[in-house]
Amino acid sequence: MNPALEGALARRLLSSIAVLSLGAMSAMIGTAPAAAQTTLNALVWCDHTDPALIEPFEKANNVKVNLKEYEGTGTALSIISQSRPGDWDVLVIDGVDVQQAVDKNILGELPAGTLPTADIFPEVRMEANNTRNGKTYAVTEKFGYNTVSYDKAKVDPADMRDMSKLWSDTYKGRIAVYDYYLPMIGLTGIALGKATADLKEADLPAIRSKLFDLKKNAKQVSDVVSSQTALATGEVDIVFGGGEWLTAGLVKDKPNLDWVIPDQGAVRWAQSIGVMKDSTRKELALKFVQYIVSPEGQARLATSACYWAMPANQKAGALLTETQKTALRWNEQADYLKKTQLYPIPTPELDAKMQDAWTEMLQK
Amino acid sequence: MTARSLKDKEQRKAWAFVVPALVWTLAFFVTPFLFMVAMSLWTQQGGMIVQSWTLANYLAFFEKSALFKGLVNSLEITAIVTVLSVLLAYPLAWIIAERVPRRFQRLALTLAVLPFWTSYVVRSYSWLLVLSKTGVINQTLMQIGLIGQPLELASNRTATVIGFVHFFVMLLTLTIYANLVQLSPNYRRAAADLGANGLQTFWHVILPLTLPGIMTGAFLTFVLCIGDYVTPQILGGNNELVLPQIIMLQLGRRADFPMAAALSIILMLVITAAYIACARWLKIERA
Repeated sequence: MNPALEGALARRLLSSIAVLSLGAMSAMIGTAPAAAQTTLNALVWCDHTDPALIEPFEKANNVKVNLKEYEGTGTALSIISQSRPGDWDVLVIDGVDVQQAVDKNILGELPAGTLPTADIFPEVRMEANNTRNGKTYAVTEKFGYNTVSYDKAKVDPADMRDMSKLWSDTYKGRIAVYDYYLPMIGLTGIALGKATADLKEADLPAIRSKLFDLKKNAKQVSDVVSSQTALATGEVDIVFGGGEWLTAGLVKDKPNLDWVIPDQGAVRWAQSIGVMKDSTRKELALKFVQYIVSPEGQARLATSACYWAMPANQKAGALLTETQKTALRWNEQADYLKKTQLYPIPTPELDAKMQDAWTEMLQK
Repeated sequence: MTARSLKDKEQRKAWAFVVPALVWTLAFFVTPFLFMVAMSLWTQQGGMIVQSWTLANYLAFFEKSALFKGLVNSLEITAIVTVLSVLLAYPLAWIIAERVPRRFQRLALTLAVLPFWTSYVVRSYSWLLVLSKTGVINQTLMQIGLIGQPLELASNRTATVIGFVHFFVMLLTLTIYANLVQLSPNYRRAAADLGANGLQTFWHVILPLTLPGIMTGAFLTFVLCIGDYVTPQILGGNNELVLPQIIMLQLGRRADFPMAAALSIILMLVITAAYIACARWLKIERA
């Protein structure tokens, strides 16, 4: 190449880089005011991403809440282990996994007297899960059930009260099984007459066999969105493992969708919220937790866009409409809480074996 | 300037061009790959990664039938998809190259690859709606009285294969078309002069000459199909798992990075074997 031309090209390249750098710098300067606003980073379930829930807190505190959505405690722990200490301020976690987070030194202590513990339904306070040695590390914010959702125009509602019907030929090929091993192994255990709290390795062969039989009757094993879509479009008539969180938000458009707790019982889930131990904005993080468990925050969280479920704070009832309370079965909670059991809480070894059984079932 | 200094200058210039690519490859392929190999030789116990060398994850892959079946499922689905895609793409590419007037060929190709412009996830969910019990296919067949009950088209291997084939037919059409348009019409004329009919010309002349295009497209289909997670996840209904889905399970559910790394290495080995076979075949063909 001609040296003069080479030189010209090099100069043009350098000047282009300079222009791009200046552009990038001015863009950064342009965004500086936004970066200066206080931010709070929260690792949450999808129900917390509803602007109707978050915006009132952001406006009231002049803060930007950055939300990172995840599914499954394993994913959350992976994200945290790949982050720097202090990157996350707030964590929403499965109630039964709070102790695991405490073991890993992830959650910080919540100061005594800062939370409306007395207003929380006694059955879901879950002190054994949320506290250790008298210190509180998380607070229950929302709960619901993994049970049976169905289309009452297509199945006999009386059948849905008997869990064994899901293993019979009556509904073969019309069932979606919720793809989350823990509640589903709990439910299968309940179908076998085993309490979720007592599940041990010796129970796994019977549960595995029962799961394989269930798979033969299932049309699909699917996540929340796919299960919801399948039930709403008529691809399946029943979602085993579903509940109010799957159908309550759809009832307005699909009044035939319903859910029930079978006579054998069902599994109860609960999500907790806490402040990260290494948060550099602990005060603001606590304020966010307090907002979420306040009656206002709870009413919004219970009916958030991703999924509906019962608020842990009883006082949220005063802020919910009658239609919302009907969809959530507010008045039947006393009976439901009695009939349901918490998720199994396996040891890491049993948990791995449960996941193996679930993967085998998927491959059957 | 002496010849030697000119040569040195040329060499420096050549290195200047090569070094960025080398650095890029080292930083973004070789280093992460070596880290992944190391990770695959560690284990996860009780939520912690134990950094002691072991082949436990590779042994578990062969011992646990659910994991090994993931590879078998992947290979079966990929083979079916690759064969079906070639069978459908070849006639389409041939029609565009041979039957569509030259001035409309670009338009025809654009129409053929139009679905590429849609999001992959959206396209998969669209297929779910088309194939469902209340979807277009079942509703049409029921309305014209061909079936009384809806067919089970969604949430199974058939749906996964349909979703894949729809995507890969577009890709293969492009590679085969590119090969077909490069063929001189003299080949066909020569074959006709020698007394071959249309079918004989195609079988003995055109098809062998377009095999490199077919093989290149088939290899790309193989690689993309065997590594795909989205289509089986959306359309397969989790009724069987392919290897990438099992890798995702290790990451999302178990946070078991070592096992996920080991399964990824196994997947890479399968793809490498396919590449070597394809490259070797192409080399033999050229020779």
